[in-house]
Amino acid sequence: MSTGAPLDAITSNGQMRPKRGVPDGLWIQCESCKATVFRKQVEKNFHLCPECDHHFYVPTAERIAQLLDEDSFEEWFSELNPKDVLGFVDSRPYHERLKAEQKKTGMRDACTVGRGYMRGRPLVFATTDSAFIMGSMGSVVGEKLTRAVEKATELKLPLVIVSGSGGGARMHEGIVSLMQMGKVSAALARYHEAGGLFISVLTNPTMGGVAASFASLGDITIAEPKALIGFAGPRVVKATCKIELPDDFQTSEFLLKHGFVDRIVSRPQLKQELVRIIDYCSKSW
Amino acid sequence: MSPQFQLPFERPIFQLEDQLSQLESQSNPTPAILESIRTVRLELARMKREVFENLDAWDVVKVARHPERPQTLDYIELICDEFIELHGDRTFGDDRAIITGFAKLDDYKVMFIGQQKGRTLKERNECFYGCAHPEGYRKALLKMQMAAKYGLPIVCLIDTPGAYPGVGAEERGQAYTIAYNLREMARLPVPIISVVIGEGGSGGALGIGIGNTVSVLQFAYYSVISPEGCAGILWKHVKFADKAARALKFTGKDLLRFGIVDEVIPEPLGGAHRDHRAMATNLKATIVRQLRALLPLSGPELLEQRYQKFRKIGEFDEVVQAKISQETPTAEQTLVGHSK
Repeated sequence: MSTGAPLDAITSNGQMRPKRGVPDGLWIQCESCKATVFRKQVEKNFHLCPECDHHFYVPTAERIAQLLDEDSFEEWFSELNPKDVLGFVDSRPYHERLKAEQKKTGMRDACTVGRGYMRGRPLVFATTDSAFIMGSMGSVVGEKLTRAVEKATELKLPLVIVSGSGGGARMHEGIVSLMQMGKVSAALARYHEAGGLFISVLTNPTMGGVAASFASLGDITIAEPKALIGFAGPRVVKATCKIELPDDFQTSEFLLKHGFVDRIVSRPQLKQELVRIIDYCSKSW
Repeated sequence: MSPQFQLPFERPIFQLEDQLSQLESQSNPTPAILESIRTVRLELARMKREVFENLDAWDVVKVARHPERPQTLDYIELICDEFIELHGDRTFGDDRAIITGFAKLDDYKVMFIGQQKGRTLKERNECFYGCAHPEGYRKALLKMQMAAKYGLPIVCLIDTPGAYPGVGAEERGQAYTIAYNLREMARLPVPIISVVIGEGGSGGALGIGIGNTVSVLQFAYYSVISPEGCAGILWKHVKFADKAARALKFTGKDLLRFGIVDEVIPEPLGGAHRDHRAMATNLKATIVRQLRALLPLSGPELLEQRYQKFRKIGEFDEVVQAKISQETPTAEQTLVGHSK
């Protein structure tokens, strides 16, 4: 799949012209079974491949629409904007990268938090979106999540965090990012002591510093099928161990087998599963 | 005795030291030789100061990784009047990359936790060059919880390139174990003093780093990712590790500026590897001073102080700004644009 039209058709006067054919973006190829599928059909089907149930990425707005009751989501702290603390420059300055990512996704940073209802049950809801610098956690993500946890403690509400963070702690904000892991975890410690219910939903991908902090701290941990979840990246592990990695290495199924996930739940069932669990734990406060 | 291992920027120091030992080895020094010994000594001190005052971040990493740099077990020998090692995590094994046990520091009884990289090849292989597995973090937490039960303060020495990135570590829940340590350390109602004595490598360091005070030695670093890892991802090749090291701003001065650490503990002239004893004395003095300040606080006060310490870290703007307009996303971006 390409964004630009391929220049492989030659006109009668011998000049290259863009190939006509299927308009861009109508069809997509499934990453898993390689079937070419109609994009609309995928979107209607919870962003699942109709052929093999592969879970495609879901943008935050749609995740909220899938899980929360219609128009019930009230976003909090949306005015938090990331800052280039270090003056970090790799192939481009971090502040430029931020602007580009904001333009691409329409979000200020990778995290969205707020209050919503799930089949009438009030809760605090947060997500990290892997479209924004791999959903990595910098100051804004750490601060929003911490505030969300503190609010959940204060309001005595259940907390659901849907993680999609391939990047872990955000390198561009250096050591300040690393400390966000401690900050969110400390807030979760207080929430835990107060008796709050935290359900952590792990989606593809949840890695590094995000997996090694809030995403692993759920009272209940649910994973979407075949998501990549782990601490060190598979390439690093392969380079360190110099052995062939198991086929299912660092997938949801691998974590379930080793005892780190309570349930693997397919996306269409996710909302009702969450509701059922919340109902079991409703007397926790 | 000067160290065996030479860092590239230490060359002028070693040259002067050779010169000095040659002069000193003469059996009947003339007044002229005694005079030149004196000048070379002065020059040597000046040279050490000059070289070590101007180290950039990548040089600091090299000093932090110096094979003769004192490690946890060296400090235990040098500063503890007594050490009773406690082994095992009661679940899987005894990780040699994290040493735990009761220790006496002057009049204070503490729980001593420290990461060990190994001094000999055998030791290094046993403890995976200081990279702990989940059992190491579990062991550390277990001992800390025990310390909390009996009101003992906790001292954590951090020195790791990072938590071990291996198949076994992933199978046994490296991510979960570190996360759990972060949360549970935030709940221990006794003083926790963390000091980065060498490498503060990412989550592997933070896993025993939730302290009431966090300090670094002058030539230690504390980073979200190793410079090599960062260079591999953002510069596409590890050979740019020096660039990544400078960009990550992870040495003492910057850590103070961002409010990550409370103090930078000075190292002896020419780095800790040149004088273990002097370094240990500085470290001990700092730990004892911090202990004295924290011991009068009650459990809830300690918890609150530790919470606020981490709570206030983070830099962002909080102003109502114009809404960000999104470009019309292509199908690639919305559906498959950023698969791993």
